Amino acid sequence: MQEKALITVIGEDRVGIIARIATLLAQADVNILDISQTITGGLFTMIMMVDITNCKIEFEELKKLLKEVGQELKLNIEIQHENIFRAMHRL
Amino acid sequence: MFNFGEILETLKMIQEENLDIRTITLGVSLLDCVDGSLEKTCENIKRKIKAKGQHLVETAKKLEVKYGIPIVNARVSVTPISLLAGSFDEEGTLKIGYALEEVAEEIGVNFIGGFSALVHKGFTKGDLNVFKTIPRVLSETERVCASINVATTKAGINMDGINYAAKIIKETAELTREKDGLGCAKIVVFANAPEDNPFMAGAFHGIGEAEYVVNVGVSGPGVVKRVVEKMPQADLEELANEVKKTSFKITRVGELIGKEAAKLLDVKFGIVDLSLAPTPAMGDSVAEIIEAMGLEYCGAPGTTAALMMLTDAVKKGGAMASSMVGGLSGAFIPVSEDMGMVRAVEVGALNLEKLEAMTAVCSVGLDMIAIPGDTPETTIAGIIADEISIGVINGKTTAVRIIPVPGKKAGEYVEFGGLLGRTVIMEVSCFGSQKFVLRGGRIPAPIQSLRN
Repeated sequence: MQEKALITVIGEDRVGIIARIATLLAQADVNILDISQTITGGLFTMIMMVDITNCKIEFEELKKLLKEVGQELKLNIEIQHENIFRAMHRL
Repeated sequence: MFNFGEILETLKMIQEENLDIRTITLGVSLLDCVDGSLEKTCENIKRKIKAKGQHLVETAKKLEVKYGIPIVNARVSVTPISLLAGSFDEEGTLKIGYALEEVAEEIGVNFIGGFSALVHKGFTKGDLNVFKTIPRVLSETERVCASINVATTKAGINMDGINYAAKIIKETAELTREKDGLGCAKIVVFANAPEDNPFMAGAFHGIGEAEYVVNVGVSGPGVVKRVVEKMPQADLEELANEVKKTSFKITRVGELIGKEAAKLLDVKFGIVDLSLAPTPAMGDSVAEIIEAMGLEYCGAPGTTAALMMLTDAVKKGGAMASSMVGGLSGAFIPVSEDMGMVRAVEVGALNLEKLEAMTAVCSVGLDMIAIPGDTPETTIAGIIADEISIGVINGKTTAVRIIPVPGKKAGEYVEFGGLLGRTVIMEVSCFGSQKFVLRGGRIPAPIQSLRN
């Protein structure tokens, strides 16, 4: 069964955010299924749905690497398994 | 795909409003562990808890990472030890207590509950063994929690049990004098104790439960507080409805984590406890929810009504979200663990009597209340008897977790640390209860049909 996770990126807008995250995901064999983003009042908000079924590193490791990118780019990056959103918002 | 609003709501609930899974509690039946030899019994107990318990902490960690939601505690509850202790003497019962501590430490859980006795109708030899050893076990171990069920709606109230409990509380306070009576934070006296409660210190694994079971306690006062704050103009019906919706979401997260934890540990999933459990963290307070509803301080007239509405809305939303609900369910109102409560006591808005009234509509009772160390044993018995009566006549769970702080007086402060918080010592009525409580015996079970 396909396992999905949601990545959320919040912070100040700048060049190269998507590129940096997409590269990391590609290296880990994580496929991006959907991206949506908005910029409201200079605040960059992006949500990515990714397929982690074939991810070649542990979820914890992926989370850590994303956090590191977040620190580097001064962004708040979170990754959570899709189920928590499904449980909370879908009947 | 989920929309921005939904995703940001979830993130906000977790990151800013302190939504967490308060505890994953593994219940373990110890009924098959009794052996003729004490050593063998202790070995069996440790082996059985370890069999599933050794993976509990790592399972919690794994789920925490996967879902990005903090899981604050992993704990174990066991069959009430009084059911095993009858085969041994006092010394043997003490050793069982030490064995529980040892295995809890080994598997890395911060509390193990179930050094308990159920005496609502009378005492067995096992109950007496547990009673006699509770003060030593609570003062000589760090993780073992005790509870005593002294009453049920069907059996009535065992006043001898209450008197004995008061004695144990005083002894425990004295034995942990250098820590301000901290041992008493690990003992709860119950009426109608639930058998599937995941929350300490009152958790035990009831005899109607499966061999192993995972129960989950969700929290989230901060989340509910935000909801209430966002609706200053709403009438109470609208407000109740919003709380209900929030409770639904919180409970769904609890069920998700609980079911997955049970699957990973290969045990049965038990229940989600729908309680709002506060912590000393800012904003994570039940008192502040009540204040956000429009009361100057928790304890002001209207508080009981506000708490009733809150408890009921939480239960309604939770009951829709999961079919497996149980435990205590409602809103906890511990004093020292809730900064809003402590503040209300400080300004004089909240006293013991008002708290007692509030417990008629909350999920537990007089919880984490510090009182002067020189409070007579019989007065403590009177306080317990009052609180227990509320549970018995109303067919609900009530409990008392009270700490007579040795050497300290009303108005002084006491610091328990961590999740147990800090609080001001509350005033206790100076009028005696002695002749009443020392009559002993049993208050008969209440009649169920002529309710008013």
